[in-house]
Amino acid sequence: MGYPHTPHEKETVVLSKYFGDAEARSYDGWVQRGGYEALKKALGMSPAEVIDLVKESGLRGRGGAGFPTGFKWSFMPKEKSKPHYLCCNADESEPGTFKDREIMRWTPHALIEGCAIAQHAIQAEVTYIYIRGEFTEPLRIMQAALDDAYKAGVLGANAMGSGKQLDMYIHRGAGAYICGEETALMNSIEGRRGNPRIRPPFPAQKGVFGMPTTVNNVETLTAVPHILVQGTDWHKGLSLSNPKSAGTKLFSVCGNVARPGNYEVTMGFPLRDVIYEMAGLPEGRTLKAVQPGGSSVPIINREEAEACLLDYEGCVEQHTMLGSGGMIVYDDTADMVYQIMRLARFYAHESCAQCTQCREGTAWTVRILERILRGEGKMKDLDLLLDLGEQMTGKTICVLSDSCAAPVASGIERFRGEFEAYITGAREPSLAPA
Amino acid sequence: MAESTDLVTLTIDGVEVSVPKGTTIIEAAKQVGVVIPHYCYHPGLPVAGVCRMCLVHVEGTPKLQIACATPVAHGQVVEPYREDAVNARKGVLEFLLINHPLDCPICDQAGECELQDYVFHEGQARTRYTPDYAKRFNPVEDFGGDVLYVPNRCILCTRCVRFMEHVADDPILNVSERGDRAFIGVHADRNLDHPWSGNVIDLCPVGSLISKDFLHKARAWELDKAPSICTGCSQGCNVVLETRQGTVVRKRPRSNLDVNQFFLCDHGRLAYRWMNRGDRIEAPLVRHDGELIATDWDHALHDVAGLLGGSGGEVVVLASPGASNEALFLAREVAGDGFRGVFRVERVGDDVPLDGVPNLALRAERAPNVKGAETLGYGERGDLGADLSAASVVLVLGDALDGLDPTALDRVPHVVFIGTVLPEVGRVASAVLPTTNVAEEDGSFVNRDGRVQLYLQAKSGPGMARPAWWALGELLRELGRGDSPMSAADVFASMASTVEAFGGLSYRTLGTRGAPLGSGSTAAATA
Repeated sequence: MGYPHTPHEKETVVLSKYFGDAEARSYDGWVQRGGYEALKKALGMSPAEVIDLVKESGLRGRGGAGFPTGFKWSFMPKEKSKPHYLCCNADESEPGTFKDREIMRWTPHALIEGCAIAQHAIQAEVTYIYIRGEFTEPLRIMQAALDDAYKAGVLGANAMGSGKQLDMYIHRGAGAYICGEETALMNSIEGRRGNPRIRPPFPAQKGVFGMPTTVNNVETLTAVPHILVQGTDWHKGLSLSNPKSAGTKLFSVCGNVARPGNYEVTMGFPLRDVIYEMAGLPEGRTLKAVQPGGSSVPIINREEAEACLLDYEGCVEQHTMLGSGGMIVYDDTADMVYQIMRLARFYAHESCAQCTQCREGTAWTVRILERILRGEGKMKDLDLLLDLGEQMTGKTICVLSDSCAAPVASGIERFRGEFEAYITGAREPSLAPA
Repeated sequence: MAESTDLVTLTIDGVEVSVPKGTTIIEAAKQVGVVIPHYCYHPGLPVAGVCRMCLVHVEGTPKLQIACATPVAHGQVVEPYREDAVNARKGVLEFLLINHPLDCPICDQAGECELQDYVFHEGQARTRYTPDYAKRFNPVEDFGGDVLYVPNRCILCTRCVRFMEHVADDPILNVSERGDRAFIGVHADRNLDHPWSGNVIDLCPVGSLISKDFLHKARAWELDKAPSICTGCSQGCNVVLETRQGTVVRKRPRSNLDVNQFFLCDHGRLAYRWMNRGDRIEAPLVRHDGELIATDWDHALHDVAGLLGGSGGEVVVLASPGASNEALFLAREVAGDGFRGVFRVERVGDDVPLDGVPNLALRAERAPNVKGAETLGYGERGDLGADLSAASVVLVLGDALDGLDPTALDRVPHVVFIGTVLPEVGRVASAVLPTTNVAEEDGSFVNRDGRVQLYLQAKSGPGMARPAWWALGELLRELGRGDSPMSAADVFASMASTVEAFGGLSYRTLGTRGAPLGSGSTAAATA
């Protein structure tokens, strides 16, 4: 769905308030809408005070892991002996997720402001905004906004007259999904191959260029200015279910829906309302399955989806994860075996090739799924897939391997019948013989 | 053991062990003889943690941990052979094998392959990778130098990449492509021509990087191995000489953290063929009616003793700095009072360092025992004219004549040649005593840093050739100045009691790692 459009009445528009409002893109337009007030306030506070405020607000990472943002910031050394860095992860590549893209397209200054506040909080000299290479339009808009922010004195040697030096650079990715993994992202910024690093050392000890580094997602950082302005109580109040999940969350709804797009709701909002009322199923279809958090999270069936509350805990309760909020919806016409094979293919293509389980396991998984789709599968292949999934989970440097296994295992668990139909021949093959 | 705050005590596979803080589990396990299977880990390289083979269970952690990157902690309980860890490794092995060809019968690595070993140890008997999928295929590539890349066998452990990047400091190799299409790539404008690049062959745990020189020469299990010292330069890298039916077929580094760590330069690695050369002197020769004729040792020793005893003038020992300490010492004894020993050294260009290892280089000084010769009173000469013109007998020890003017020895009354191959310039000799080379005897060298190191016999010598120490020992006996030594160790013992720098050292104390000159006497003094 394009912009501008009127938000659904059940949405809570905070981050997406100015989506579609082209004037919000300019520096002046942003200031007119209250922009950079939060940064001014933050620069008048000590870094520790800003960290405490964000801790208190209950803000958690929106990139997928849901780690409390204030805590992450507090891991940075208090006493500075080396340069500190902030990396803004704008390498949004998770299939099904397109929220960061819209934030950068419509409210670039919101992100810059969030980065600047975080940068002040963790005492970083420099922020790198790592933008996915394919995001040509967001890149152009972000660069223009960054130039304007420098011109207006928001950034630079004397940021907003505070006497502090705040510098920010945009680094354009080259298209690898894995560079959205924070340590691979740091390697990529350094000019190395985007391979995840083993931890420890953690980024806060030894990050980009070997210096203490914090990596935050675009949506997380964009939420920060609102907390500064409206306070922690306001933010904590944005919670419909579990108080551990607070604030609003953008969901990029796609797949078999009538009105795909970004929908911003309060944490704990019912998933069923997002699908049935906001995005809507296509005429005459029924819901079959959902991945609420992007392609990496376990697939849940209709019953689970209808019971699911959209926050970190609510998703776990329904055997899936909130992830990045890339909600992929499958209706009754969806061929789950084929869809799962497509997801596995993506991970097999994007595996960085470091860890054995991931490099070989993702590709093997695809081969098995393809042969099932060709009508050449065997019943024992399903157990094999589950066993491979087991071997691919929790044993590698990063979670790409786990991300491939999750939809496969959860899919077989819930839609075993569809797999068996291909194997027994009850269903026509949907892939041609190899 | 004294309690130290720097020691950490933990339990690995039920055995308690105390190791310095900061040690990794994989290294701590070695201390108690527990093998934790691994591929990408190598003690001489930075940790990568990518093969995921060394997954172990550490009590209190929800996930399996990689032993290569996990530091030890007080009271840690590590179970490398718990069911979940064994299962995880079984999985890794299965994944590694799906794209690995089963061409062990024609693979040079077979018999010394870590994939074979661990599959035998922990792998599963049957593949589940069915039906017969085509395995990943890439053609064999000549990486340059001595290195051939067989990508189909590659398990992408990245040891070679890390060696070139972090140890050789010349990142010629990389991982190209992603996922299961990945392979080891070589720099677009380079080939693997770094002078230390041959080490990637040893580092490769499988048969993916193989030596062109050794290609299809022998099966690993046919090889006999002997610890030796490289004679390529004065660095004194520890090596293993590998022989098949009495022929040296491969020379590889032997780890010694005090000298060469785990590495050997290509120059040293490939310089072994001379040990097998066929044009050797196989019998003692004496001059009879102007001709050199073959005889037996008794006659030859008798003749040479006569020459030395009756010379009256000065005996000059012209030695090779590649001769053993034992031979150099006994030659000095044979020359007796007024001994004058000289040697020449070939120097080639500058040192060629391996950047990532301190004090390791292919040295410009291309001889293994310069320091030993100096310690035993030999002096280096650029020009031999003065020494030779004063001599009544020149005792040539080893390959000391290379590059000499063909007429250099013409005016010397008597030349006794003790060596392996008789060069043209040596044909004026009055007597020739055939000796064994470094592969055919026990002996010792002193490297440029003053480290005394042993080399042991790898194969037998040709014909009647004997170690130089034996020939010189017999000469001493013939001259009535001593008993026949029984072994190189015997000679070393008498050297240790005569020459202070060697004092207190013995073959026993030197072992396979060697010891610095003078360290024996210090130890004795403090004991």
